[in-house]
Amino acid sequence: MSFAWAKPYEPKAPLMRWLDERLPLPRLVYGAVGGGYPVPRNLNYWWNFGILAGLFLTIQIVTGIVLAMWYYASVDGAFNSVEHIMRDVNGGWALRYIHMNGASFFFIVTYIHIFRGLYYGSYKAPRELVWMLGLVIYLLMMATAFMGYVLPWGQMSYWGAQVITGFFSAFPLVGEPIRVWLLGGFAPDQAALTRFFSLHYLLPFVIAAVVILHIWALHIPGSSNPTGVDVKDEKDTLPFHPYYTAKDGWFAAGFLLVFSLFVYFLPNYLGHPDNYIPANPLATPAHIVPEWYFWPFYAILRAFTVDFILPAKLWGVLAMFSSILILFFLPWLDKSPVRSGNYRPVFKRFFWLLVIDVLILGYCGGAPATPLYVGLSQLAAAYYFAHFLIILPLVSAFERPLPLPDSITSAVLHHETEQGPAGTLATGRAAAE
Amino acid sequence: MRYILGLVGAVFSVVLLISFFSNVSTYWSSPPPKTAEEEFHLHPKHLSLASDGPLGKFDKQQLQRGFQVYKEVCSACHSLSQVAFHNLEGLGYTEAEIKAIANQWPTEVPSVNPETGEPATRKALPSDRFPAPYANDTAARAANNNALPPDLSLMTKARHGGAAYVYSLLTGYRNQPAELLKEFPAAKTPQGLHYNPYFANLNLAMPPPLTSEGQVVYAPGNPKPTVDQMAKDVAAFLVWTAEPNLPNRHATGIAVAVFLLFATVLARLAFLNIRNQKKATLVRETGVLEPENQAKSKRAKRKAGIDG
Ligand code: HEC
Ligand code: HEM
Repeated sequence: MSFAWAKPYEPKAPLMRWLDERLPLPRLVYGAVGGGYPVPRNLNYWWNFGILAGLFLTIQIVTGIVLAMWYYASVDGAFNSVEHIMRDVNGGWALRYIHMNGASFFFIVTYIHIFRGLYYGSYKAPRELVWMLGLVIYLLMMATAFMGYVLPWGQMSYWGAQVITGFFSAFPLVGEPIRVWLLGGFAPDQAALTRFFSLHYLLPFVIAAVVILHIWALHIPGSSNPTGVDVKDEKDTLPFHPYYTAKDGWFAAGFLLVFSLFVYFLPNYLGHPDNYIPANPLATPAHIVPEWYFWPFYAILRAFTVDFILPAKLWGVLAMFSSILILFFLPWLDKSPVRSGNYRPVFKRFFWLLVIDVLILGYCGGAPATPLYVGLSQLAAAYYFAHFLIILPLVSAFERPLPLPDSITSAVLHHETEQGPAGTLATGRAAAE
Repeated sequence: MRYILGLVGAVFSVVLLISFFSNVSTYWSSPPPKTAEEEFHLHPKHLSLASDGPLGKFDKQQLQRGFQVYKEVCSACHSLSQVAFHNLEGLGYTEAEIKAIANQWPTEVPSVNPETGEPATRKALPSDRFPAPYANDTAARAANNNALPPDLSLMTKARHGGAAYVYSLLTGYRNQPAELLKEFPAAKTPQGLHYNPYFANLNLAMPPPLTSEGQVVYAPGNPKPTVDQMAKDVAAFLVWTAEPNLPNRHATGIAVAVFLLFATVLARLAFLNIRNQKKATLVRETGVLEPENQAKSKRAKRKAGIDG
């Protein structure tokens, strides 16, 4: 598969050869897990987060399936069934706290993964589809997380569902009928809860399928790397095993350690206390806020406060959806042939500005809608759109990038101390001498 | 297409800036009035309990006192629907004691008269949840000035500040400060509500439940039942009702963290080992004549049994 220096699958065991000739399943698995898959030798730790995302997807699916054995999707019973899991089911509290915090950590990992791609220009040719499939995964993740949060049927579940499905009613004429159709009623109720549960169970498997496509597409050109320079020949690469398996392994263990500190010692830190109050359609909470990973988008939504030609609410909803959709156009917005931000002095500054901008949006989205926070999110949201749609195309047209290294190898040898196992390349030659 | 997208970006940014400036100008011309809540609401006081921290466990003696406060005071108005009598084992009560507690509980459990099929009530059993003091929300509101006393099972998880909030609320009742009335005459505590700066909107429908020392009589050997002590004890009890598995969670967490730390260190060492092995045995491309490379190559040859 893939590029010239990839090692094709050669079954060694007779059984595997027999099977491979009849059903190329071993070949498929070999290709999918990246056996014989040569990886650039200079990947840094930002490249660990894809595997971590896969780990958290697995954690969510496994804990979710067991939770579903005890969960009861009914407006009268859901809240109590979750408490039953917490109190009476063996290890149920651990299961639920892992699933709850697992969702947050899945988003943390994915956000780092996405920003890695933004900085190192991973979205550029030939990895446009890898990037776009990633965005599809991200959209599916958001839908899944939103519906999952509704399931315990607490106050934030209910009012979050009310607000988020309310986005649709911003659209004139068709909006309200669509909302009613989606919810199966005029407000979130049994019909909505049942279908959200059904979809919340389904979507992670759809995500898993898109992840397979994502990695399949990745293994055609192979991973990019911190220099953004293409692999020139085999000596720029390392076999995935054992070097990267070991690197991914220890880092995953360390990351799970951090995760477990949240699960066991701060399990409700990332959640909202109101979701421990059973849903009450008659009592609106003082501040309705979504989960933290939606805060930047929530800030963009609330930033539109003026009816300028269109109603403010419609602007907000359009902008919120656009804020993600524009990322699909990124490969064509950023025309610079240089991938890595390391060699793009101007781009690099704007990249860090964007990071700060999104953090500000996130902070404002979680804060009450006071004039200060709304004002701040208006500026931050304006920068967000300007960054991707105006600044980035201009920078890519006018910026003078720094000289690129001739190859990954020569870049590595210049910074041997920082990078991976430098010196692995001359294997053959050393032996020959 | 880039021009279209650039235009989209410009439109969104411009509308946002228009929003921003109109926002600023309204703020300038008519700044939002200050509210009494903004100025007088207080954050919870500090409260330290045995269950705090990563090694926290419950102080069963304190939980029993807290349960006594709940039983003798709060249970008149508040339900505890997630907790069953048999759960009291967790506080150190014996089976016989639990049976007696259930049997003597003032509110009975709804049931059906086995002969007539009419609705009836019976005495509680250890397997029952704590019966609610009111038959339904309407009855609860009717008895409480149209306010609904919330279920207390999850109270310490359902409010910012948790147990410290409950403790502060119970000990926070006072007269409305004169400055407040001077500054916000309209914010005078309405009839039937009670001023409490720890409550989000400063006035709540619950009359001060703990008012005097000795309101609950603790068994000998326990601290003096001051209002402060009773409030602490019932707050500690409500931490238990919200999360009876807490000590178990902490203990498991320590074990998991130690295990993962061990795994991380081992895996990290394995990784360094792989990395160094490669570095040690291989020659860099910068030139075979570099002294460092020569040394490496000598070592490699010696190891391989080839005479250097
Ligand atoms: C006379 C009935 C009554 C008694 C006794 C009583 N409460 Fe309440 N409690 C209420 C009512 C009514 C409310 C609702 C207040 C409101 O929403 O304004 C309430 C609310 C609360 C709240 C929630 C405040 C919030 O943030 O919403 C807590 C916590 C609370 N009570 C704890 C206790 C504790 C602990 C005790 C026992 C020491 C107790 N209550 C005894 C009637 C009572
Ligand atoms: C369920 C969520 C996801 C999983 C399991 C996942 C998994 C992976 C894995 C295993 C890799 C290879 C290792 C790496 O480069 O880190 C990868 C690469 C990549 N992913 Fe994801 N991913 C997910 C979501 C996303 C999202 C949301 C995006 C972007 C919007 C994205 C964009 C990319 C890109 C561009 C690469 C190639 C990076 C490069 O080599 O330069 N992924 N993904």
